[in-house]
Amino acid sequence: MKRFALLALAAVSALFLAVAPASAGTLDQVQKRGKLLCGVHPGLPGFGLQDNAQWVGFDVDFCRAVAAAIFNDPTRIGFIPLTAKDRFTGLQSGEVDLLSRNTTWSLSREAGQGFLFAGVTYFDGQAFMVRKKLNVTSALELSGASICVIQGTTTELNLSDYFRANNMKFEPVTYAYADEAVAAYQDGRCDAFTTDMSGLYAERAKLKAPEEHTVLPEVISKEPLGPLVRQGDDAWFNIVKWTYFALVNAEEMGVTSKNVDDKARSEAPDAKRLLGSEGNYGESLGLSRDWAYRIIKLVGNYGEIFDRNLGDGSKLRIKRGVNALWSKGGLQYAPPVR
Amino acid sequence: MAEASAATTQKPKPWRDPRWRGGAAQAALLAFVGGLFYFALTLARENMRQRGIPTDFGFWSQPSGFEVSQSLIAYSAASTYGRAFFVGLLNTLTVAAIGAVLATALGFLIGVGRVSQNWLVSRLCGAYVETLRNLPLLLQLLFWYNAVLKALPGPRQSLRFGDIFLNNRGLFVPEPMAQGGAQAAAIALVLGLIAALVWVSYARAKQKRTGRRPPVALVALAFVVLPPLAAALVFGAPLRFQPAQLKGFNFVGGLRLTPEFVALVIGLSTYTASFIAEIVRAGLLAVPKGQREAADALGLTHGQSLRLVVIPQAMRVIIPPLTSQYLNLTKNSSLAVFISYPDLVQVFMGTVLNQTGAAVPIVALTMAVYLAISLAASVAMNAYNARLARHGGGS
Repeated sequence: MKRFALLALAAVSALFLAVAPASAGTLDQVQKRGKLLCGVHPGLPGFGLQDNAQWVGFDVDFCRAVAAAIFNDPTRIGFIPLTAKDRFTGLQSGEVDLLSRNTTWSLSREAGQGFLFAGVTYFDGQAFMVRKKLNVTSALELSGASICVIQGTTTELNLSDYFRANNMKFEPVTYAYADEAVAAYQDGRCDAFTTDMSGLYAERAKLKAPEEHTVLPEVISKEPLGPLVRQGDDAWFNIVKWTYFALVNAEEMGVTSKNVDDKARSEAPDAKRLLGSEGNYGESLGLSRDWAYRIIKLVGNYGEIFDRNLGDGSKLRIKRGVNALWSKGGLQYAPPVR
Repeated sequence: MAEASAATTQKPKPWRDPRWRGGAAQAALLAFVGGLFYFALTLARENMRQRGIPTDFGFWSQPSGFEVSQSLIAYSAASTYGRAFFVGLLNTLTVAAIGAVLATALGFLIGVGRVSQNWLVSRLCGAYVETLRNLPLLLQLLFWYNAVLKALPGPRQSLRFGDIFLNNRGLFVPEPMAQGGAQAAAIALVLGLIAALVWVSYARAKQKRTGRRPPVALVALAFVVLPPLAAALVFGAPLRFQPAQLKGFNFVGGLRLTPEFVALVIGLSTYTASFIAEIVRAGLLAVPKGQREAADALGLTHGQSLRLVVIPQAMRVIIPPLTSQYLNLTKNSSLAVFISYPDLVQVFMGTVLNQTGAAVPIVALTMAVYLAISLAASVAMNAYNARLARHGGGS
């Protein structure tokens, strides 16, 4: 009987663990586990891609920044590649602590699905790519076309909206994986492929003959992309959110991975506050005093991450555009550290 | 005597009575497991509620906002999520039904071929079975999809067979449209069908009475075919065939089979046929040799003895495993998600789940649907099997 009771107890506790809220201190869990579990794109050049067993990309580097803030070591991460279709289930079920995977911030994803977006790390918009030989110059000429699209994205919805609003017909061909959708486009199953502008440039670079394809000028939607977490753990949400703000603030202050040591000793009070040589803001986040110093030293500021993965330092050569700092005519803006 | 009755009347204490004890233990276990489930469910529900994850079907009548490439019912982005569910369900049932028919036909052919006396035929059928059933289905589906897609030209360079067009957007055949003589032809067809049924039952009764079998197939066919033809001659053609036309990017009009659908049906039916062939072979071999020898002795031809003596008896062995092959085919159709065919899993558990975030209700409903389809199919097949068993093979 005693053994039976023990067994029952074990079963109940196992069950309890299985359905217990993962919100009970995500930071604690991450620290206990010794690494951050970050959901990333399985293969989108510039954003998340495994290159020689090494994960690279803009979203990937954001994961590294969070890991650097927590562990002072950007390598203590488990990258979990998630398809567009599976990403939310992955975050909901606690498979990942953080989803950094070019995901669009929308009302239903916060109010309806239980997530919180930590900010907009990349302002994007949806567009179309077609073969040049079709002689199409505008998305408004796409009526009747077959269009390849990735399943479970805002892109899929915008596509319907755009064609409905302009009274045009189309045939959607939806794929769970971006690679499949692009392959089907390349094989001629579709006349056009649609996703976020940045994604189009990235995917075009992977095609067999990139020069035979063109991106149409219409941008049909707002796609504010950013990292997101589960609701219910405000402390963890703050850490992710302020990691992003630290990256942007650092760029604004001119703090880079190269000069961060000088800046920490400089007389600039805002830089000293950010880097922890004055005040103790890190500990109120549940991190160390030098949390932002670690981020900048080990991963770089927002501008460095952008350049390395998407900008002039990369093959994609995407212009900063609306993603420039607010002080330079863009939209990237962060509240002050004080 | 008195002692014995005393022994029976003197009941043991309940906790010493094995029956009572066993019952109590089972009741306790049931309550424990039930409680555990209830506890888990309420806890999960509460956790999801706290995190703002939907736990019910509140999304069901909301507009979906996404398009589906093929649908048997009217559907657009303005339709509800609930309607999207039925679009997916019907697409799944379509593939399952067509796949099951093709797999059965092909499977019987190959199964009979395997036990053929002809060396080449039996080896070829054997090679088919061994190849197809030993390769993973997903691999075969991807093969067919890519084979279909890559081999075909674009819409502007379509292969053309009369009014039929084939390209990498699918197979386009002319669409039959009802016109002037349609009503008359339809009435003639119905009357012809009734006449054919009457003739069949008359023929059956006559065979029972006299032992002679009047010609059934040919006459019934004539009853079905001739009246509509006559009606068409008198009242004009009932149908007109509207071919598809190239307009802009794609063909418009006509009936269309998409590459996804074709690849899925071919993949599922050829794969399942290899299993059905083995079942058929086993069924044929299970019929005692004496039955065929007796049929030969009666002077039946080879075909007749197969059709009238061997196969009816083999069916009793074949039906139960055949049922599970149909169920497998239906469940395997969910692999459609890998080749973009909008079946239940692709539409409902893919896009709808993703747009609404209501993972638990959607997954639960999808599982319930597959369970219901499988149970319904197995009830139907069991009924058919019971009928066969009652009639008895060959008697």
